[in-house]
Amino acid sequence: MSMKVHTRQVDGITILDLSGRITLGEGSVTIRDAVRDVLAKGSNKILLNLGDISYIDSSGIGELVSAFTTVKNSGGELKLLNLTKKVHDLLQITKLYTVFDVKDDEATAISSFTK
Amino acid sequence: MADSTTSRVSFTLDSSLDSVNKIELTAEQVAQRAGFDEDTIPHIAMAVREAAVNAVLHGNSYDTSKHITASFETTTDSLIIRIADQGPGLDPDKVPDPLAPENILRGSGRGIFLIKAFMDEVNFRQLHPGTELTLIKHRTPAQPGT
Repeated sequence: MSMKVHTRQVDGITILDLSGRITLGEGSVTIRDAVRDVLAKGSNKILLNLGDISYIDSSGIGELVSAFTTVKNSGGELKLLNLTKKVHDLLQITKLYTVFDVKDDEATAISSFTK
Repeated sequence: MADSTTSRVSFTLDSSLDSVNKIELTAEQVAQRAGFDEDTIPHIAMAVREAAVNAVLHGNSYDTSKHITASFETTTDSLIIRIADQGPGLDPDKVPDPLAPENILRGSGRGIFLIKAFMDEVNFRQLHPGTELTLIKHRTPAQPGT
């Protein structure tokens, strides 16, 4: 199954609800394009909801890191929401869990962005 | 105990992402038949996927004239997977450590690290041309599959 992105706005934060697989040639390009679109529209506060991501490989992890640095370099913030156990474990193993700001509740995540 | 082979399957495939997906699916099925638990099977499948991606992307560079080979061998002691490409060769000692502070925010370079994290043994062999990765996961005595 390829990855799907649904975009919505809550209190000035762009939430990208992702579902499916983030792997080389499938979801990784989709994430890159989705984040670029958000930045191009002038928003740089992005919450990636990974609750329905069934699988992620090293390319997908790399794409999350690239999205994080792209948004940060534009002066914005990118946070992660609703990690599955698999994604959580991968971020722990790769020492990226503390790099990202990870939330497990949408309302808390929204209010944590710099106003 | 002698490490006798109980089953073996091998493929020669194009340098494509379809091949990566086929190898990953086979790894999952073989690991399941070998009796690995539900936490370990996805780890084996991911390690094999990463090795296949390396072979297709970094080894053969999607070159349609080059192929990758994959073999899956289940012995009484272990699951042994070999993935080979026909690329320029890979020196594992020259792969940067993705956990080093200067590399932690890199957008790539975590594949071999994950392979090593999920498998019990990982060996590299230069084929001139190409690289063969051997991934080994030990079976526990309680595992009933063959």
